Amino acid sequence: MAATALQAPPLPASRPEPRRRRGRSLERVNPLVYVVAWLLVGVCIGPVAYIVLGGLRTNSQITVDPSGFPTTWEFGNYVDVLTSSLFWRQFANSAICGIATTIGVVILGVMASFVVARYDFRGRGAMYSLFAAGLMFPMTVAITPLYIMIRQLGLMNSLAGIILPQIAFALPTTIIILVPFLRAIPKELEEAASIDGASRLGFFFRMVVPLSVPGVVTVGILAFVASWNSYMLPLFILNDEGQYTLPLGVQAFASQYSVDTARVLAFTSLSMIPALIFFSLFERRIVGGLTGAVKG
Amino acid sequence: MSDSQGVGPLVISSPEGRSAAGDGAVAAPSPAPRPRRRRGSWRQRLEIGLLSGPAILVFLAFVIFPVVMAAYYGFFKWKGFGPPTDFVGLDNYVAILQDPTFHDALRHNAFIVVMSLVLQGPAAVILALLLNRKIRGRSLIRVLIFVPYVISEVIVGTGWSLMLQTTGAVNDLLEKIGLGGWAVDWLSDPKIAIWSLMLIITWKYIGFAVILFLAGLQSIPEELHEAAAIDGASYWQAQRAITLPLLGPTIRIWAFLSIIGSLQLFDLVYIIWGQYVSATAGTSTMATYMVSNGRLAGNYGFGNAVAVVLFLISLVIALTYQRFVLRRDTEGALTERKK
Repeated sequence: MAATALQAPPLPASRPEPRRRRGRSLERVNPLVYVVAWLLVGVCIGPVAYIVLGGLRTNSQITVDPSGFPTTWEFGNYVDVLTSSLFWRQFANSAICGIATTIGVVILGVMASFVVARYDFRGRGAMYSLFAAGLMFPMTVAITPLYIMIRQLGLMNSLAGIILPQIAFALPTTIIILVPFLRAIPKELEEAASIDGASRLGFFFRMVVPLSVPGVVTVGILAFVASWNSYMLPLFILNDEGQYTLPLGVQAFASQYSVDTARVLAFTSLSMIPALIFFSLFERRIVGGLTGAVKG
Repeated sequence: MSDSQGVGPLVISSPEGRSAAGDGAVAAPSPAPRPRRRRGSWRQRLEIGLLSGPAILVFLAFVIFPVVMAAYYGFFKWKGFGPPTDFVGLDNYVAILQDPTFHDALRHNAFIVVMSLVLQGPAAVILALLLNRKIRGRSLIRVLIFVPYVISEVIVGTGWSLMLQTTGAVNDLLEKIGLGGWAVDWLSDPKIAIWSLMLIITWKYIGFAVILFLAGLQSIPEELHEAAAIDGASYWQAQRAITLPLLGPTIRIWAFLSIIGSLQLFDLVYIIWGQYVSATAGTSTMATYMVSNGRLAGNYGFGNAVAVVLFLISLVIALTYQRFVLRRDTEGALTERKK
């Protein structure tokens, strides 16, 4: 291994590097690294597995042996939840909120980011700072007056009362991610478009919108997952079980059927599936987006 | 020539525009300094207004306005109906700052801030270093350790509160592996509850720190490690001398996010301990204090005052942190443009 390390460096060429990298990698790593890595995975996944597997057990199994595996596979709990209209109602509410929030954030975010990224005017910096400052105003601080405002607008207990604030609170992250993205679109493209007679708006719709799709996907997923998981705002705004989104539904279900642990676990695991699917499909984009947002 | 190329704010419709645009494209990712145009600027203004107006409107209405209103309502004794009339000056703030329950919440928040940094930071750095080596199944491992961060607080809270019951899975597991003596009342014993909370917080958020640090590690050039290896540095020497300093900016940004998150902590505590138990179990936070003494007690003036206190504390800490810690980093979204 010392030999391989010594061999390569004199060559500054980048070509041989990947091969060598891969070559040394798999042999050199201490088996202990694998043990620690998979131990960590076990710790992270264990509680999730407990929830999913618990839904496949009976209450008596859970009482007798709380940390055991299912001895018989009981699909009844999942079937019960999947055939209950309340679950689907709340599922639909969550989906509506998530989709509407995502669409709203993407449309408003792309337009505002385009202005910040590609227009030159007095107040451009101030506009960016305004949105960036939004990162300092988490919903926790604004929730009480927000609740009063939503009530005065007559949006209590309606999904619109969730969607509008969520769009607003998702804008800072969205704009911070999208601005560098839109700035990176080469100036030459804009020039070419204008030579061809496109106005700046024409450039926006014909070039920027299609080119910004990867960035939009990232911010869209972040907004959707945040909306899907959001708890505090629905807690304040929604007070009718039929209007609940899934997080509130899970909580209500858990307190209502607190003796029926297995069914609670089934309900809980079904409610996390969409976020998990979204996440595993777009893991790279989410991580890239988050780290991009953090690092600017 | 500018006229022949049409009206409106076309990029190259003036000579200055062309040269500026050309330079900008090569030199910097930021938009080229475009000369301010006298003619046609109404059109640019219109475009700016049309494109950014909706976002600014929604943002001001639902983010900035409520925060401003919180500051206003905080001066009133107000039950939330009709316009606030009973102006009490700073009475709400005096009451908050003298309330021992609030002091408890503040102390819990401080504990959570410090312990989050202490528990997650070093562990996440070590784990990121481990996972940065090219091991088999690395991308799968990466997905799996991020799962707790992606599932919602409600699911985490529901799952963990079931597992941490005295007859729950955790105590059962401890007994199975012969550590029955460690089985305790995780959620209601005031001495233990806040540690249980820390356990759950660490579990939920450490994946985020690890992923962030991994991304930071991958931006460190391989050549530095090769150079260190040539100079005879051991793996751990190289990490200490090269990796950690270069990972500094990422760690400092993570710490910032962690601190702000810890100060605002609400969901997990409220879900697991509910509105009444959190104070007696010793896990109340400023945010749960705000909700139970504000909205749930019907004292909206008071609740808004708590929000203002919470905001000011976060703001002071954030600005201090930016001033003294983040300033060292030349790049960083949070510091970049604000100054």
